[in-house]
Amino acid sequence: MTMNLELNESQRKSQAEFRAFVDKNIAPYASEFDREERIPQSLIRDLGARGYLGAVAPIEKGGGGMDAMTWGLLCQELGRGSASLLSLLTVHSMVIQALVRWGSEEQRDLWMPKLASGEVVAAFALSEPDVGSDAANCQTAACRDGDDYVVTGEKRWISFGQIADVFLLFGNVDGASSAFLVESDRDGFSRRAIGGMLGFRSAMLAALSFENCRVPSANIVGRPGFGFSHVAGTALDHGRFCIAWGALGLIQGCLDACLDYADKREQFGALLKNHQLVSAMIADMHVQSKAAALLCQNAARLKELGDPQLIMETSIAKYFASQAAVRIALDAVQIHGANGCAEDYPVARYLRDAKILEIIEGSNQIQQMIIAKYGYQSHAASRLNENPTGSTVEQ
Amino acid sequence: MRSCWAVRLARAFIAIKREFDVDADAIVSKIREFLGQFISDTDLDPDINLFESGLVNSLFAMQLLLHVEQEFGLEVTNEDLDIKNFRSLNAIAEFVIRKLGARTEA
Repeated sequence: MTMNLELNESQRKSQAEFRAFVDKNIAPYASEFDREERIPQSLIRDLGARGYLGAVAPIEKGGGGMDAMTWGLLCQELGRGSASLLSLLTVHSMVIQALVRWGSEEQRDLWMPKLASGEVVAAFALSEPDVGSDAANCQTAACRDGDDYVVTGEKRWISFGQIADVFLLFGNVDGASSAFLVESDRDGFSRRAIGGMLGFRSAMLAALSFENCRVPSANIVGRPGFGFSHVAGTALDHGRFCIAWGALGLIQGCLDACLDYADKREQFGALLKNHQLVSAMIADMHVQSKAAALLCQNAARLKELGDPQLIMETSIAKYFASQAAVRIALDAVQIHGANGCAEDYPVARYLRDAKILEIIEGSNQIQQMIIAKYGYQSHAASRLNENPTGSTVEQ
Repeated sequence: MRSCWAVRLARAFIAIKREFDVDADAIVSKIREFLGQFISDTDLDPDINLFESGLVNSLFAMQLLLHVEQEFGLEVTNEDLDIKNFRSLNAIAEFVIRKLGARTEA
């Protein structure tokens, strides 16, 4: 099924390219990746060689300089193929975005060409064993020692932490939230694989340990005090954008699987598609996919403009699309019956991965709290516009 | 130190007025309008610390950043990351005036 997005000629061409790549190189193997809980190095190299890993890096640093809509389409197609693999692009590009925005010229010169080509894989190290949604209060600490910082702490659930060459690590310096680039070959750094997850099984999750890990002060990104609010803020906004579009791809994968299945499977002498209760589920899937597509497209338009509304509208797109992905994946499994619970069809994996989309880059409960506040703000602003001389503004 | 800062700010005001015909009041007013989406006007003391007040949510920093860039045609860089530039309405206005002034002088 093709979403009716408003695309220009170049974006349509890119979409066809991404779709063909995913159909040939990812979709047929995604269940195998899931079983083996790993993504082959050769595929990661291929993503780099095709320019997908460095798609959002600036052209002058060897990246693709890809526009927001085309980037969304890439995330969408990868989300359809393998949400785990999407998460590689997500975390790698989150680090790129953070460096583009807040890195020093030296950091950009050193890292961007390698990140753009995929020679170096980057991961985002924010979550900790005891800190999830309340990420501003992480416990990892860094102390200044001469020209270095000495970092101590634990990070957990780090996507592609098993293979990343460099981490964008968040910790506190004298209580001030700070971001550091930490290479994986530094003394004091170690990692262990996390397996057996519900979803994102081939996202190669790791627990990271930093024990008196010495990092040069030149590796600090942004400034102490702005690690969470600005460096992580930039990266997480970008991450939510990727997840929203990836959820749209996962929805598309569910719908494609159901339309194929309902068109072939017969029960009670009639194709499934001719059973009204199945049609009801298909109709709801279709409508929700259209709504998610429009929200994602709106986020892409605002991202391209650098419009301040981008932040909230991306949050809304992520919230809606990930929630719709879970509902749709549940119905997709239901339509497939026992087949949907087995590995021969992709829908069980879609369901497990969809649940993860509701948790990462800001849980949906965090999104709800923020969106509700946004609703009150918008309401108050519209009341003020209607009655500019009014003496009070209701919150 | 303080007098040096005051002279620089005054020069920036003059430069902005000359180049853009935008006065400091207009800048303050535009920032106030933006902040009004987050904080009711009655609560908006121009010197209140926005980040310590608990009045704004965690995505506010990014929204403020994009707003300042789009509204005033600025680029906020690594070097501008100083809480002194963003902590209150007045601090943001002074920062914008300084940036516009620096650009005009350049």
